[in-house]
Amino acid sequence: MMFDRIFEKDVAITGVGQSAVGRPVARSGMRLTLDACLEAIADAGLKRADIDGVACWPGDNNNGDAFSPVGPNALIGTLGLQVNWYGGGYEGPGPLAGIINGAMAIASGLCRHVLVFRTITEASRRKVDKNASALTNKTIGRDSSFFWQWYTPFNVLSAINLMALYTQRHFHEYGTTPEQLAQIALTCRTNAALNPKAIYRTPLSLDDYFASRMISTPLRMLDCDVHCDASTAIILSRADVAKDGPNPPIRLEAIGAALHQPWSWDQIDLTATAARDVGEMMWARTDLKPKDVGSAQLYDGFSILTMIWLEALGLCPRGESGRFVEGGHRIARDGQLPINTNGGQLSGGRTHGLGYVHEACSQLWGRAGERQIAPHHVSVVAAGGGPLGGSVLLVRD
Amino acid sequence: MTRKLPLLTEDNTPFWQGGAQGRLLIHHCADCTRLFHPPAPICPHCGSFEVAPRAVSGKGKVLSYTINHQAWRPDLIEPYVVAIVELAEQAGLRFVTNIVGLPAEAVHIDMPVRVRFEQHEDVWLPLFEKDA
Ligand SMILES: [Zn+2]
Repeated sequence: MMFDRIFEKDVAITGVGQSAVGRPVARSGMRLTLDACLEAIADAGLKRADIDGVACWPGDNNNGDAFSPVGPNALIGTLGLQVNWYGGGYEGPGPLAGIINGAMAIASGLCRHVLVFRTITEASRRKVDKNASALTNKTIGRDSSFFWQWYTPFNVLSAINLMALYTQRHFHEYGTTPEQLAQIALTCRTNAALNPKAIYRTPLSLDDYFASRMISTPLRMLDCDVHCDASTAIILSRADVAKDGPNPPIRLEAIGAALHQPWSWDQIDLTATAARDVGEMMWARTDLKPKDVGSAQLYDGFSILTMIWLEALGLCPRGESGRFVEGGHRIARDGQLPINTNGGQLSGGRTHGLGYVHEACSQLWGRAGERQIAPHHVSVVAAGGGPLGGSVLLVRD
Repeated sequence: MTRKLPLLTEDNTPFWQGGAQGRLLIHHCADCTRLFHPPAPICPHCGSFEVAPRAVSGKGKVLSYTINHQAWRPDLIEPYVVAIVELAEQAGLRFVTNIVGLPAEAVHIDMPVRVRFEQHEDVWLPLFEKDA
């Protein structure tokens, strides 16, 4: 991949915000969204009237689903915004699509300050309907989905079955072990202990991991992220106006959004997935190298995905993620590459994408409190699994 | 076990109903002679519209698998095996299916398998069993 125009260098993060994170939180999806957005706008030193763009992934898909109950349409009027551009929708490069789309809107001259947000109320929903997230509920009656029809007839009823297929193949090809995989869950739990907003904070041992219920071999309950109610918001600003805010701008150094394979869960490279294309693209858009990365916030909707991102982003060689995370030392808060420093989604809560951006910025700004890691200037955030994937390389100069 | 069944369309009907004649029908391109899946009106390899379903051997191997233990629905019979099977005809030609007819713990990657259809209403699901 070769690129001769790198638009994202015109864009910086100037503020972040997040609602309460809980299981559940006794607030509506809209109220959570407002909590996050107003905090982010204030954090950036802005007023509502300064926001001239709104971006969200996946948006509310016209159904108010707990996976994304609030989209840009609902927020704009509720918050009294006047925008020059807005956009949402599921079909994009994964949970960071709002960041990527918002950055494009700024770089192309449509907006100066874009509010990016992501709200999720799966904890509340699951109190009412345990199977709310089943893949079979995405369509009524016969499966008319272009994609899910190839899986649901075989009783693939959760994404975990597909993730388990990737995991088993990774074990087979590279000799990755369950003990190695467990380090993702253990590391996240250790980090979550220092995050007052994390859902699960009690210490976890390897024995606890192996005692956790097998869901779909070789993935256990503790390999799955924890549903929550939460909203996270990020303010993107044009680089030339970003420097006027109270926070040191965090530049978008490079973005990865590529998909050079089918949008499919089984027709892609099973052990590299779309993450491979995303990583190649991101590094093709910067002079920085993987060795420059000081912290990594890597999607852990399922633990195997963090392993896949480590390899796809070149943070370790392909097939080596098992050996890289072995013992947990390299990926610990004081290791060579701290990951998921707020507990990730595995223990912190399934804020689904923007939570990683919020944490990366908190660390780069030195505002992570008790869980603050050593000062550094470069952080990588990546989110998604299977055909969904996006990444962003963040730099605080 | 009950199953969610696919909505039949012009493109996918040969795949889901080939089993009525005991045949696994996979789309084939007359121009580049390659098979592809999922079925579509155009060949993803060469862009040709000269495509049509063609019967394949129904033999292949397990590329990956997982034993599902979770009772997602009350009527499921766990454990059951979800797998990706690669067909013998062409490297990379594969789809998600179930492995049936042997204990779940006996399934392994690279295990040779052959198709065995299971009818549900007007759909013949291509499941796979161990190929002796
Ligand atoms: Zn062709």
